[in-house]
Amino acid sequence: MSVAPSTPPPLIELRRLTKTYGKGDAAFQALRGINLTINKGEFVAVMGPSGSGKSTLMNLLGCLDTPTTGSYLYQGIPVETLDADQRSLLRRHALGFIFQGFNLLARTSALENVELPLLYRGIPRNERHALARDALASVGLPTKMRNTPAELSGGQQQRVAIARAIVTGPSTLFADEPTGNLDSSTTEDIMELLTRLNEDRGITVLMVTHEDDVASYAKRTVRVKDGHIESDLSKAK
Amino acid sequence: MFFNALLIALREIRRNLMRAFLTVLGVIIGVAAVITMVTLGQGTTQAVKNQISSLGSNLLVLRPGSGFGPRSTSAGVPRFTTQDAQAVMEQVSGVAAVAPVAQTSLSTIYLQTARTTQITGSTPDYFQIGKWTIGEGRLFTDLDLRSGAAVCVIGETVRRQLFGSENPIGAKIRIGKSSCEVIGLLTAKGQSGMGDQDDTIVVPLSTLQRRLTGRTSARSVNQINISAEDNTNSDAMIGEITSLMRQRRNLSPNEDDNFSVFDTRQIAETLSSSTKMMTMLLAAVAGVSLLVGGIGIMNIMLVSVTERTREIGIRLAIGARAREVLLQFLVEAITLSCVGGVVGIGIALGLCYFLAQVIQVPFQFDTRINVIAFIFSAAVGVLFGFTPARRAAKLDPIEALRHE
Ligand SMILES: Nc1ncnc2c1ncn2[C@@H]1O[C@H](COP(=O)(O)OP(=O)(O)OP(=O)(O)O)[C@@H](O)[C@H]1O
Ligand SMILES: [Mg+2]
Repeated sequence: MSVAPSTPPPLIELRRLTKTYGKGDAAFQALRGINLTINKGEFVAVMGPSGSGKSTLMNLLGCLDTPTTGSYLYQGIPVETLDADQRSLLRRHALGFIFQGFNLLARTSALENVELPLLYRGIPRNERHALARDALASVGLPTKMRNTPAELSGGQQQRVAIARAIVTGPSTLFADEPTGNLDSSTTEDIMELLTRLNEDRGITVLMVTHEDDVASYAKRTVRVKDGHIESDLSKAK
Repeated sequence: MFFNALLIALREIRRNLMRAFLTVLGVIIGVAAVITMVTLGQGTTQAVKNQISSLGSNLLVLRPGSGFGPRSTSAGVPRFTTQDAQAVMEQVSGVAAVAPVAQTSLSTIYLQTARTTQITGSTPDYFQIGKWTIGEGRLFTDLDLRSGAAVCVIGETVRRQLFGSENPIGAKIRIGKSSCEVIGLLTAKGQSGMGDQDDTIVVPLSTLQRRLTGRTSARSVNQINISAEDNTNSDAMIGEITSLMRQRRNLSPNEDDNFSVFDTRQIAETLSSSTKMMTMLLAAVAGVSLLVGGIGIMNIMLVSVTERTREIGIRLAIGARAREVLLQFLVEAITLSCVGGVVGIGIALGLCYFLAQVIQVPFQFDTRINVIAFIFSAAVGVLFGFTPARRAAKLDPIEALRHE
């Protein structure tokens, strides 16, 4: 790729990114210098053994956490220079995140959970309801809107979490093991949903997974080991 | 943004009604306790004050023996006489009026109704000194006093118990062994902590001595009531009375006084300062309950802090700014505290209204203590509700989500 001035910056650009947890003797370096470039519209799977730093990397990419050293450019914006509020606004307007462990609000209906990001965007009530309903319908949960997480199965909770992540129409979607604890048919449904979001709506998708058949939905697979990128393979067209 | 925070806060309260209820309960108990205690304490102080002022201001009481109250001793001590009263009137400066007072308890009967009543015998000045006013009929006069007329003036309590709905004026009642005509009804002074002042019958001193108690103690009286003119120095007057009485009782300089002079103003000050202290004590006890309520709130907040920290993490992760989350928690805490405060005030006022009647003190609404208790409890609620949130909102979302 040529670096002509007219070329728009890549969506995500990581330069020698590191993350160290803890201090002093207890310090642990979870990421040891990650260089990674992701363009708009890609569907990337991140794989690697447990504890290799996948979630850490996703949290940094999703602007939920701050790197220890190195630089992270999101659409050319140096994220490490943003303060907490600015990162919040970036998440609010551009990013969607699906967590390894759902992270839905307890005792809160599916509809209200999905509405939450819209509430912070200041979207009026009627439009908010309509958007949340559409999102729930698009993940195949049109009948469970009034149920709270405790009344939903794991797969249904995961779908609510996905609906919440996509309801704002983010340009990038981060998914940390979206099918981690789901059976194979639900996994298939959810992967087809993510593929559709990527192909039909042009949403860039980054997804962590352990499973090869899940990763096969993605067009590119990045393998992480001990905080390094071990391999980075794109599927032949 | 504020409307949003309100919406989110109200949803969060609705979702966690039990937690909200327990929080509010702490505030309610604290506020209700403080307001009830202080209001009743102030009512008691006021009751004592009312009673003292109804005794008459600038009132001095001269009694044989020493001390006042349970440890007073008057056994074997010569009593005062009407001549002593006369001497005080003539020789002490600044005296407005003097009334010798003799008292005895006798059974009083009207038709079928009998009761035992404290009978006071005195002069017409007794009413003026004691700030008694006539409600119906008339007071007895110097003429009645000189002739020892069989007339009496009765208090409201006596009227109610002996006469019920009948008109007492002109009726004849039996006091001890003689019969007396009721000529006047005193205006009620009201019931208060120190006893019922309206439970009284007043007759001319001569009537008491000659007709009711017999001639044995003809000239002696139980006490002498003295009222001072306005702006007299009561200490100087007490000094004058004391030396006059020592002289009349032939006490040598090395003998102690065998009588005492009481100044109602001093008694009033002592009493009201002790009820003030009691009010403060009650307020302190109530303050402790407010504190306990606050600790209760803090407990509930701490118990829910893990859940709430995760909630904050989720909100931050989906794009809420720290200040939006804080505003939500602040609105939540303020809403709960205010609800608790208002309910607490409501309960306190109801309780005060009821208890004031039971213990017979005036019910006085004190805006200041209501405001103080409300603000304090709201502050406690907000502080304890808000502090954990402030800590959590400073975290990176991922740290908040990982909180255990
Ligand atoms: N908050 C933390 N404090 C200290 N160490 C941490 C923290 N979070 C993660 N680690 C460590 O960093 C390393 C990478 O963790 P991470 O969660 O990124 O692994 P992962 O690749 O997502 O694993 P898994 O597949 O099990 O989810 C692990 O060794 C973990 O112990
Ligand atoms: Mg992980």
